[in-house]
Amino acid sequence: MNTINNANEVLVDCQNVWKIFGARAPTAIRAVEERGLSKKQILEEFDCVVGVANANLQVRRGEIFCIMGLSGSGKSTLVRLLNRLIEPSLGQITIKGKDIAKLNAAELRDMRARNIGMVFQSVALLPGRTVLENAAFGLEVRGVPRDERYKIARAALEKVGLADWMARYPSELSGGMQQRVGLARALAADPEIILMDEPFSALDPLIRRQLQDEFRQLTKSLGKSSVFITHDLEEAIRIGDRIAIMKDGVIVQVGTAEEIVTQPADDYVSEFVAGISRIHLVKAHSVMLPVAEFQTLQPHCDVEALLKTSPEADIGELIDLTMRSNRDAVAVVENGAMVGIVTTRGLLCGVAGTPARELVAA
Amino acid sequence: MNADLIRFSPGVYLAPAVDWLNANFHPFFDAVTKLIEAVLGGIEAVLLYPSPYVVILVAVLLAAFLINFRVAVITAVSLAFCLLAGLWTASMQTFALVTVAVFISVSIAFPLGILASRYKSLEAGLRPVLDIMQTVPPWVYLIPAVMIFSLGRVPAIIATIVYGIPPMLRLTTLAFNQVPKDLLELGQATGAPPRAILLKIEIPSATPTLLVGLNQCILLSLAMVVLAGLVGAGGLGAEVTRGLTRMEMGLGLRAGLAIVAIAILLDRLSKGALQGRGRGPTRATH
Ligand SMILES: Nc1ncnc2c1ncn2[C@@H]1O[C@H](COP(=O)(O)OP(=O)(O)OP(=O)(O)O)[C@@H](O)[C@H]1O
Ligand SMILES: [Mg+2]
Repeated sequence: MNTINNANEVLVDCQNVWKIFGARAPTAIRAVEERGLSKKQILEEFDCVVGVANANLQVRRGEIFCIMGLSGSGKSTLVRLLNRLIEPSLGQITIKGKDIAKLNAAELRDMRARNIGMVFQSVALLPGRTVLENAAFGLEVRGVPRDERYKIARAALEKVGLADWMARYPSELSGGMQQRVGLARALAADPEIILMDEPFSALDPLIRRQLQDEFRQLTKSLGKSSVFITHDLEEAIRIGDRIAIMKDGVIVQVGTAEEIVTQPADDYVSEFVAGISRIHLVKAHSVMLPVAEFQTLQPHCDVEALLKTSPEADIGELIDLTMRSNRDAVAVVENGAMVGIVTTRGLLCGVAGTPARELVAA
Repeated sequence: MNADLIRFSPGVYLAPAVDWLNANFHPFFDAVTKLIEAVLGGIEAVLLYPSPYVVILVAVLLAAFLINFRVAVITAVSLAFCLLAGLWTASMQTFALVTVAVFISVSIAFPLGILASRYKSLEAGLRPVLDIMQTVPPWVYLIPAVMIFSLGRVPAIIATIVYGIPPMLRLTTLAFNQVPKDLLELGQATGAPPRAILLKIEIPSATPTLLVGLNQCILLSLAMVVLAGLVGAGGLGAEVTRGLTRMEMGLGLRAGLAIVAIAILLDRLSKGALQGRGRGPTRATH
């Protein structure tokens, strides 16, 4: 099996996608194409709301892609564009290489049923059906025979820890349990991509953390890809492999949690990341000094005698190592070669959020 | 200026229209009459041929097995009242008349109501028509109905249908407009075909409002039944009319209460039959 290729396969690809709401949306779109107006200009000139503006994103196989933004930033609109619950005003969206705008009604249904599941913020369980019947809903509308769909739904409910609740009705379950039924329903349909629109927003912090961890672990163990919407950066960091930050319909930055926290693209993003704990985010490679530079600063130190770690070690681990060693520096080793040194000063800068480069000058 | 000149008299145009219909579509109306008479006659025969005790017993057993014990008790009490009031035949005639009328009203109003909730322009177009249908005094319907179908049960049933359509149609539209948006989105997002969305999502979540519509349809149809007595449709309406014309308080009251009994019976039976044996969250939550 060609795992390298597989892992990099792009499942969802958005190219210059716009969504403009309002009676005069077509005229506004033409103006955007010709004159490149901004969101504010469009609102003033055409009285149209820009839901999503010029969004580009790629979701790869096996990846959890978080979209983070404040209320009204267009997250729900963007995620609904991905399974064509909303038609884009402009741009192209491909799922597994197929342009979804070109699918006819039957093909679109088939794609939604097989390739791309969705979990809703409002859970959207059918009140008159038991938990088991709800979990089997996707299979039912696909015409899977009763016994088989119940078997699959039972397995999915077991995965989310609801094995004892199958005969209950949704109204008998707590919010967190209902959300798990929603997840089980999506899992039972066995899609490659799961869209999650703020699924855990309405839950209390403890249950939420638990579900976040369960979700990440489940998605990874089943090899699914996911687009996960949230308005909470900490949630995005906990769950996401990569994070896109949205503001007023525009994707302002895409990157790993570490990239976003250590190199925010603009003031808006830096304001967001200001309160985030860096201990488990910032890795050795972004706080280390080149070996030569360290040696000019501390010529008497024998770098070979330092404790060694990998470039992926986070600040927490580095602090642990430094405490155990009798020196105040740790060597970073990659493929047998020493690539840098992390000093206590570097560690403190990492925690405080000052880039490592600046400490040389200091 | 002479007020007579500008007086608007739709009857002047309507009467010839009805005459024209009568002249040109007589075979059609004749066929409709025969069909309705046949269906009504069939139901009445089933209800009236066996002894009343047998009918009551069978009805109670069916209600007990298919719906629940409460509905069975209501069935027993209301049918027993009709029998003891000495109005068994008239009650069964009315039961048949209303059942057929409601069945036809619902078959027309339900699909139209769904269409009206899908297409806002249809809803806007239907609204004034429904307003007129509901505000025109019901016996006015009887005039063209009698002109076309002559006296008897058929004009009565036609007028009853016309009267029963608006509440059912309005509440169907309302029920479908009220289906939560996230459930519809769920249907679309799981790739459900439109028929599955209708049957598995929309109708179940519209059911409570649809039942209110059905209830209104039944009650208004029963109210119309009294008027139907005026045009010779027989049944309890004829008994009420007789009580009125002869100033017989006892007969009028008995017939009136029998109508109430039939109304309650029809309402509980239809609700029970549509909801099944109390499945779902209504039973699950306390
Ligand atoms: N159907 C619609 N018609 C008109 N405007 C809409 C529609 N849907 C969304 N919008 C507008 O698009 C913008 C983005 O909305 P969206 O629902 O995507 O935000 P969101 O990021 O999901 O917010 P939240 O966190 O509150 O769910 C908002 O300004 C909203 O007013
Ligand atoms: Mg949203």
